[in-house]
Amino acid sequence: MNDTVVVARTGAIWRIAAWVVPAALLLLAAPLVIDPFQTLTLTYGLIAAIGALGFNLLLGYTGLLSFGHSAFFGGGAYTVAFLVKYLKIASMELFLAGSVLVSALISALFGFVCVRYTRIFFGILTLALSQVLWSLAFKFFWVTGGTDGLRVPTPTLVGMAPSDDKMDFLAHRYYYYVLAVFALCVFLMWVIVHSPFGKALQAIRDNETRAEFIGIRIRRYRLIAFVISGIFTGVAGALWAPLNGLASPDVLVWTFSGEIVFMTVLGGFRTFVGPIVGAIAFTYLKTYAVGFTVYWQLLLGTVLVVLVLALPTGIMGAIEQLASRMKKAR
Amino acid sequence: MGVFAIHILNALLYSSVLFLIAGGLSLIYGVMRILNLAHGNLYALGAFVTAWAIGLALGAGAPNVVLFLLLPAGALAAAVAGAVIERTLLRPFYKRPEEYQLLMTFGLLMILEDLIRLVWGPNPLSATSVYASLGSISIAGDRYPAYNLVIIAVGIVAAVFLWAFIYRTRFGVFLRATSQDKRMASALGVNVNRIYIQAFTLGCFMAGLGGAIVVPSQSAVLGMGVDALVLAFIVVVIGGLGSLEGALAGALIVGVVREAGITLFPEIELAVLYLIAAVVLLVRPAGLFGRAGT
Repeated sequence: MNDTVVVARTGAIWRIAAWVVPAALLLLAAPLVIDPFQTLTLTYGLIAAIGALGFNLLLGYTGLLSFGHSAFFGGGAYTVAFLVKYLKIASMELFLAGSVLVSALISALFGFVCVRYTRIFFGILTLALSQVLWSLAFKFFWVTGGTDGLRVPTPTLVGMAPSDDKMDFLAHRYYYYVLAVFALCVFLMWVIVHSPFGKALQAIRDNETRAEFIGIRIRRYRLIAFVISGIFTGVAGALWAPLNGLASPDVLVWTFSGEIVFMTVLGGFRTFVGPIVGAIAFTYLKTYAVGFTVYWQLLLGTVLVVLVLALPTGIMGAIEQLASRMKKAR
Repeated sequence: MGVFAIHILNALLYSSVLFLIAGGLSLIYGVMRILNLAHGNLYALGAFVTAWAIGLALGAGAPNVVLFLLLPAGALAAAVAGAVIERTLLRPFYKRPEEYQLLMTFGLLMILEDLIRLVWGPNPLSATSVYASLGSISIAGDRYPAYNLVIIAVGIVAAVFLWAFIYRTRFGVFLRATSQDKRMASALGVNVNRIYIQAFTLGCFMAGLGGAIVVPSQSAVLGMGVDALVLAFIVVVIGGLGSLEGALAGALIVGVVREAGITLFPEIELAVLYLIAAVVLLVRPAGLFGRAGT
C-alpha cells in the first residue's frame, strides 16, 4: 500500500515538474531573447503575480474578497521610499525585510477589524480601511510627497552596487532578482496552501459551520491568512518601487485593489497558477491598452465585463474546460 | 454666531448630497443585495449631464427659470442609465455569487469613467451661472450663497419623499417585502424582477440627483465619482448597509465631522471619519441602523 502512495506521489511530482521546468526555463531565458522593454513589462508582470498570489490566498482559498490590497502593495512601496529618504538605506534585502514587517503590521491591524465579517461587508471594510492610508499619503505631503510621490533610486542587490546603465540593470540583474523572489514566493505559497493550515482555510471557505464544528478556530485562521496575504502583496510593492522609480499614491487608491482582483479573476481564482497567469496577462494587456488609447479604462472595463459574463473561471478555467473536452473527444 | 451658523449650514449641505448618494447605494443593496461600485459614477453622470444641459441652454440664451428646470436632467439621465444597466448587465448575476456582481460593477465603473471622458472631454464642466443667479443672503451679518440652501432643501425633500414612498405606498410595501425575503415575496405574487429594476433605477436617480444639484456650486470633474463612492461607503458603514435611516444618520455624522475637520484637523479629516466608522463597527457590527447578519 505504501508503494502505491509513493507511486502516486512521484507521479504528481512528475506532473508538476512537467509544468514548472519549461516555465522556469522560459522565464530564465526571456531577457536573453526579448528586448529590454519587454523584459521590464515581464518584471512588472512577475511582481504583480506575487501580489495576486497573496491576494488569492484570501479569495481563492479562504473565500474572502478583499478590495483593499492596495494598502499592502502601497505600504510595501512606501516603506522602501521611506527607508531611502529617511534612513538612506539602499539594500534591496533590507527593503524586503522592512516591507514584510510593515505589511504584516498593517494587515494585522486591518485584519483585526475585517475578519469579523465576510462577503460584501468584508469587501467594503477592506476598501474603506485602505483608503485611510491613501488619504494619509495624500494629505501629509511633506512626509510622503503627496501626489508627486517619493523617488526610489536603484538599490544594491545582495551587496552589489547597481551598474550605471539603469535600463540594463533593471532588464537583467533586477529581473533575475525579482524572478528569484518570485520563485521563492510561489514555492512558499504552494507549501502554505497544501499544508494542513491551507486545507483548513479551504474548509472554512467551503463550509464555515462545519469547519467550526471540527474545531477550526475560524477567526484566527482568517486573520493569519489575511496577514500572510498582506505580506506577499507587501513584498510585491517593495519590488515594484525601485522598478517604477517612484512610490506614488496611485498604488494606494482603491481602484488599484480592483486591478489586483481583476488580474486574479482573469487568470482564474479557483486554481493555484491562475493569479500568476492572470497577473502577467493583465500587465501586458494594460501596458498595450495604455499605449494604444487614452480610453484604456474603457477597454479594460469591457474586457472585465465580458470576462465575468462569458468566462467566469478565467484563463485557467477555460484551459481546463478545453482540456477535459479534448480528453472526452478522444 | 454667524460663523457657527454657516458651519452648520455647510455641514447640512454636505450631508444632503451624501444622503442622496449613500441613500441610493443603500436602497439598492437593501433590496437587491448588490453593492454597486459604479454608483459614484452615476453621481458623476448626473453632474455632467446637468452641467452640459445648462451650458447648452445658456448658449441658446435661455432665461434663468429654464436653467433651474434643467437641473433634474442629470437625475433622469442617471435613472435611464441605471435601468439599462440593470436589464442588460446585472440581471444575469442574481443567481451567481456576489463576488461576480462586485466585479461586474467594478468593470462598469471603469467603463463609465471613460465614457464620461469620451463624451465631455477631460476638462471640468461648470454651471456656475445658476449658482450666481440666486446671489447670496445675509446670515447674522455674514454672506452665504443662497443656492446652498436650495441643495439643503432638496436633500430634506428627498429624504421626506423617500420615507413616504417606502413606508406609505403600496410600492414601498413590495419593496420592503422583497428586501426582507425575496422568495417569500415572489411566492406571494410580487413581481421581483420589476421591483429590482425599479429599485435600481430609483437608487441611480438619487445618485444622479445628488450630482445634478451639486454641479452649480462645484464643477463636474473626472474622478468625482470614485471619490464620492468612498465617502458613501463610510456613510453606509456607519449607518448600516441597506438601511435608509442609517444612510440619513450616517450622512449627518459624516457631514458634521467633515465640516469640523476642514477647519480643525484638515490633514486627518478622512482618517477621523474612518476611525468613527471603525468604532461604530466594533460596538455595533451591523452599523447604527443595520440588521444583524450582513
